[in-house]
Amino acid sequence: MKAFLVRRLLSTLAAAFALSVLIFLLIRLVPGDAVTMWVGQEGTMTPEVRATLRKMFGLTDPLPVQYLHWLADVLRGDFGYSFRSRLPVTQLLRRSLPITIELAALAMLTSAVVALPLGIVSAVKRNTPTDVLARLVGLVGLSMPSFWLAVLLILISATYFRWLPSLIYVSPWKDLAANLGQMMMPAFSLGLPLMAVVMRMTRSTMLEVLSQDYVRTARAKGVAERVMLARHALRNAFIPIITIMGIQLGRLLGGAVIVEQIFGMPGVGTELVSAIGERDYPMVQATVLMMGLLFILVQFLVDLCYGYLDPRIHYG
Amino acid sequence: MRWARRNLVAALGLAVVLSLVVVAIFAEPLSPFDPNAQVGKRLSPPSHQHLLGLDQLGRDVLSRLIFGARVSLVVSVVSVGLSLVAGVSLGLLAGYYGGVADNVIMRAMDLMFTLPSFVLAIALAGILGPSLTNVIIAVAVVTTPTIARVTRGPVLAVRESEFVASARAAGAADRRTMFRHVLPNVAAPIIVQATVSIADAILIEAGLSFLGLGVQPPHTSWGNMLGTGRNFMELANGLSVFPGAAIMLAVLGFNFAGDGLRDVLDPRLRGG
Repeated sequence: MKAFLVRRLLSTLAAAFALSVLIFLLIRLVPGDAVTMWVGQEGTMTPEVRATLRKMFGLTDPLPVQYLHWLADVLRGDFGYSFRSRLPVTQLLRRSLPITIELAALAMLTSAVVALPLGIVSAVKRNTPTDVLARLVGLVGLSMPSFWLAVLLILISATYFRWLPSLIYVSPWKDLAANLGQMMMPAFSLGLPLMAVVMRMTRSTMLEVLSQDYVRTARAKGVAERVMLARHALRNAFIPIITIMGIQLGRLLGGAVIVEQIFGMPGVGTELVSAIGERDYPMVQATVLMMGLLFILVQFLVDLCYGYLDPRIHYG
Repeated sequence: MRWARRNLVAALGLAVVLSLVVVAIFAEPLSPFDPNAQVGKRLSPPSHQHLLGLDQLGRDVLSRLIFGARVSLVVSVVSVGLSLVAGVSLGLLAGYYGGVADNVIMRAMDLMFTLPSFVLAIALAGILGPSLTNVIIAVAVVTTPTIARVTRGPVLAVRESEFVASARAAGAADRRTMFRHVLPNVAAPIIVQATVSIADAILIEAGLSFLGLGVQPPHTSWGNMLGTGRNFMELANGLSVFPGAAIMLAVLGFNFAGDGLRDVLDPRLRGG
């Protein structure tokens, strides 16, 4: 287990390193260099000033050197200053990151709470109307863009319930009920596509597990169906389910960018979109990096769950 | 019984895909109005003349949806086509030669897997600037690693087979061996993945256009129709409903078709 932990940790670090290279290169795609971006318009400075500035910003160094400088800053938690607000990027991230994390966690939680029982029932009552209905919901949910669902929810809620989530963000530490009230709709619109995937995965792995010998043995020795499902079947079905949830987090974070925007939530996604609109590249860089790190971190946690859930897995 | 039902789903998907293609090709004769012309009172509700109503500029929503199908299909098919060219070549090279080539190529692909694909697409489209071409580039880049991965795996296996050895022994050049002998034997999963990737591409394009980072006016895209339409939600709710329904139908169609193709082409992958 320890060797496994170390290996997973190393590969996670490697992924984080790869991510930083990708993001560094991405920003080099921007036409014009940092000096031009920073000063604003081109042509407002003499070539001499420009050359000095370029040297000052380290833009005359070779790319790998520039990368190392940047990486050193990032590791110290220094993402520079936002072009738009002139505030330190770190300060802005400290505000927006918790919102996105809460949203993603709630969406995953909602989807798991609905999808697991639905998938199990679907597998146990295979080919009954319940199963067909559950699978239909699964197929439709799979193709539902979360941003359209968000728009529809707002439309339905405004028309029939005359209620809309507040546009002013309330922290959960301040007023948990109000916070959850405004998180409900965005979390559900993000959670539904995930719910569909998890439901389908639960169903198919449960079907596989239920045909195993040990399930037959458990039934034969008279274990109650409920206990058998919980203790023998579900536990063995968990691994692929957790894997798919980890992978789907990527899709969820992508969806969160738009859904945050729709509900006016000041999370990382909203920051990213407005930063792109205003060509605020330090912000773009930092927000994309945060999304990637979040993604990598969850994959790591998923790997840890394997070892915990399945004692058969020996690593190393 | 189950076979029949699965094929029903596939047939449904294929029907949706085919009708989309027809609509996209014959957009001009099919659409009742010019999609960019003001043809009536702004935000009119659906009527006999305008089946889905008019938008905030008095343009016919149905006609705009029809032309939107063309943009969605062109963007997704062209970008997936590009990512097929790139991904299949990279996957073939990596799987066929192995060793250093394999390592370099697949690590580069892994690089792109560290970011959620939509986030990468936003960053690319945002940095390159919003335009039809840049959306295509962004979507192509984002879908390439999956295609490369799906290609490489089976190539590794096929490379070891006897017919490849005999083709080599007969003096076939590497390129000929790769394209004439290896590629046809690994085509099935690639075709399935390409179909599913088109569904992803449609979603990514719609998302980008929704945010205003994608297809720009005067081009009509379902994503930007939904993005602007939602601002007029209380006045005309159709503007928030119809474009989203079109996106979902298209995605559903390609997903179903991909599922069906998987059954037909690769029985080993058949799921429960």
